[in-house]
Amino acid sequence: MNNKIGHWFYFASPQNFYPLAGRMWPWFAALATALGLAGLWLGMLVAPADFQQGEGYRIIFVHVPASWMSMVIYLAMAFWAVLGLTFNTRLSGMMGRALAPTGAMFAFLSLWTGALWGKPMWGAWWVWDARLTSELILFFLYLGYIALTSAIDDPRRADKAGGILALVGALNVPVIYFSVKWWNTLHQGASVSLTKGSSMAQTMLWAMLLMGLAFWMYSIAVAFYRVRSIILERERHTLWVAQLPEVAQAPATEEKWS
Amino acid sequence: MIWNGFSDFLAMGGYGLYVWGSFGVSALLMALETLLLRRGRAAAIDQVRHEIAASQVGKDWH
Repeated sequence: MNNKIGHWFYFASPQNFYPLAGRMWPWFAALATALGLAGLWLGMLVAPADFQQGEGYRIIFVHVPASWMSMVIYLAMAFWAVLGLTFNTRLSGMMGRALAPTGAMFAFLSLWTGALWGKPMWGAWWVWDARLTSELILFFLYLGYIALTSAIDDPRRADKAGGILALVGALNVPVIYFSVKWWNTLHQGASVSLTKGSSMAQTMLWAMLLMGLAFWMYSIAVAFYRVRSIILERERHTLWVAQLPEVAQAPATEEKWS
Repeated sequence: MIWNGFSDFLAMGGYGLYVWGSFGVSALLMALETLLLRRGRAAAIDQVRHEIAASQVGKDWH
């Protein structure tokens, strides 16, 4: 047990996490590509048209995965914030910052694809409905997190401030998720429910799940790749960074100094 | 195959603009993010190298 916990703390050190993330991201990127291609094939070439929405429903294959990831990434940031604020691990703040831009992108895509779906089906790009409004707040929370952490010069203080914002903002995630139950909304209810199963046709459901998994793998690959750049930047004065092979291969003009 | 040719696929039963507008912008943003990530890493490595080089210059002068 103690050994296991020690193992996790081993990778909480940026020096140990850097090579691990470097070995892992290509696998997640490959999985994202394979799952994405399978999902697109099933969703765009195999799944039949919807009996109510015709071909327009196919937006679901990018709208739902993007919306899921916008919420999951925020929860992941809150998780790292808890670790950072309680154990004061340096990696936590770096992971939070590595996740935020991708989360913001997915929140934007959720709103964008939702607008493009709402226009033909509801007749409006946007309505001030509980689901849409809470997702817009999530997008602003991401932007706020990015602005706050980049406005504070001291990285450890920036991590703490960002961590608190991530934690408080996480309250919004269940509000988004349950908004379609708690309020009368124009937005439809969940198509997939843990308790009631699915209300969708099998091929459509599989295509959506494959795309969801693809977006999940993409997010992990991107976060691992980005955190490596953040580690390099923050630890640039350390000996271990100076000794990295990718750093040691200096261009010819700088050769004389090494 | 559920589509009668490529133009039928592009038309998406009249929803082409909305469907491709969704998939297009999503693909574009992910491609852009990947590009920015590669640049960010190159910039981070450059920064480390320059600081190491600069610290070496300092040592030579002393």
